[in-house]
Amino acid sequence: MAKLKIALYWAASCGGCEIAQLQIGDKLLKLAEAADIVFWPVAIDVKYKDVEAMPDKSIDVCLFNGAIRNSEQEHMAKMLREKSKVMIAYGSCAYEGCIPGLANLFNRELIFERAYVETPSTDNKERVFPQTKFKVPEGELTIPEFYDTVKTLRQTVDVDYIVPGCPPEEKTTWLALEALITGKLPPKGTVISHSVKAVCDDCPRKKDVKKVKKFYRTFEIIPAPEVCLLEQGLLCAGVATRGGCGAPCPQANMPCTGCYGPVEGVIDQGAHFLSAVASVIDSNDPEEIQRIIDDIRDPVGTFYRYSLPDSLLRRARIR
Amino acid sequence: MSFEPKIVGFCCNWCSYRGADLAGTARMKCSPNVRIIRVMCSGRVEPTFILKAFELGADGVLVLGCHPGDCHYVEGNYKAARRMPLLKKMLAQMGIEEDRVRLDWVSASEGDRFVAIVDEMTEKVRALGPFKNNFKEAKYG
Repeated sequence: MAKLKIALYWAASCGGCEIAQLQIGDKLLKLAEAADIVFWPVAIDVKYKDVEAMPDKSIDVCLFNGAIRNSEQEHMAKMLREKSKVMIAYGSCAYEGCIPGLANLFNRELIFERAYVETPSTDNKERVFPQTKFKVPEGELTIPEFYDTVKTLRQTVDVDYIVPGCPPEEKTTWLALEALITGKLPPKGTVISHSVKAVCDDCPRKKDVKKVKKFYRTFEIIPAPEVCLLEQGLLCAGVATRGGCGAPCPQANMPCTGCYGPVEGVIDQGAHFLSAVASVIDSNDPEEIQRIIDDIRDPVGTFYRYSLPDSLLRRARIR
Repeated sequence: MSFEPKIVGFCCNWCSYRGADLAGTARMKCSPNVRIIRVMCSGRVEPTFILKAFELGADGVLVLGCHPGDCHYVEGNYKAARRMPLLKKMLAQMGIEEDRVRLDWVSASEGDRFVAIVDEMTEKVRALGPFKNNFKEAKYG
């Protein structure tokens, strides 16, 4: 059998997905037996023009990580889509926007103001901002255009499969790679994970009736080791998050933050999580309810930490 | 042409929908801006419904249930009462005005109260203007 041709690319991401890809360990050898990597900016020296020269659909699989926040990333997403038979949104940024997607609470103007003027370490009295074009004696220099809104890969090009996680767990990555190598691919659009149920299903903590009088942030309490974290007032997203990761965070006393995205059938993870959290508030008195809610300092950052661009509202309205 | 707000109104089957019915059979005058969707209980109204309404072009969302203590399912309206302030806090961060979403209580005998709430909400949303999803306006690419 001919070897698979694989391309890997990063857009608006942190580089953690590349590490996650390497984390499959000795299975890398199995991958190397079955596949050739034709493009991987982090590791091999193949230029954009080399990819451009490849015939359409000549790459078997593209593992694309990172959100789309500037014109270069959009261009590469579209080009790799044309060149690839199978396009995989790898990791939470490509899937739902993830942490870079929280930029959708602002716009380009506000982000530039913060990054190039307001930050204490910045000295920019002339208010110089990045320009997409700049003329120098030698010619014109260009850089990619920065967009107002972060988009997911699915909002940019047609995507065949999704590998969730920030970053995806080793076993999730391998589940996808194994399916590719063996050719046993699930139906188009599948979120590839070991579970379609919530993280709670993987979590060994004891679950009982959830009644919460006060919410805590993680640094405010040391949770009891064997009791559900949400019952202890920690905002654990396990109830609203797809499992398959094996619940490593709750087992390390950290609440789930929701990186595997919504459970099957849910369209808006944040609203789902918000609904679950509000339902466990143990009070019928409007004032007390308000006091309990006051403990949740940053609802968007808590409920939509990984999914703001993929949510129903997609971005904040800036007046 | 003046702006006519589109408001989605979720009314619970047991109190508020009957309150709206009473307003109709008593021929009370009422703003025509609220499109009523009957749900079994205000506790059934997930935050997703409200966000979906905005996504589909609503300018405001009204949720009406039984008065506290009167819920047909004992505590469904309390669940709604817990969700709404948290949802509103989240919506404020997203730049959505507070007056676009309202939770209130209307019993089956309160046709006049239903009319008053609908009229008040309509005028508040009218004053705010149309809800436009910034995403479509935002420059992209």
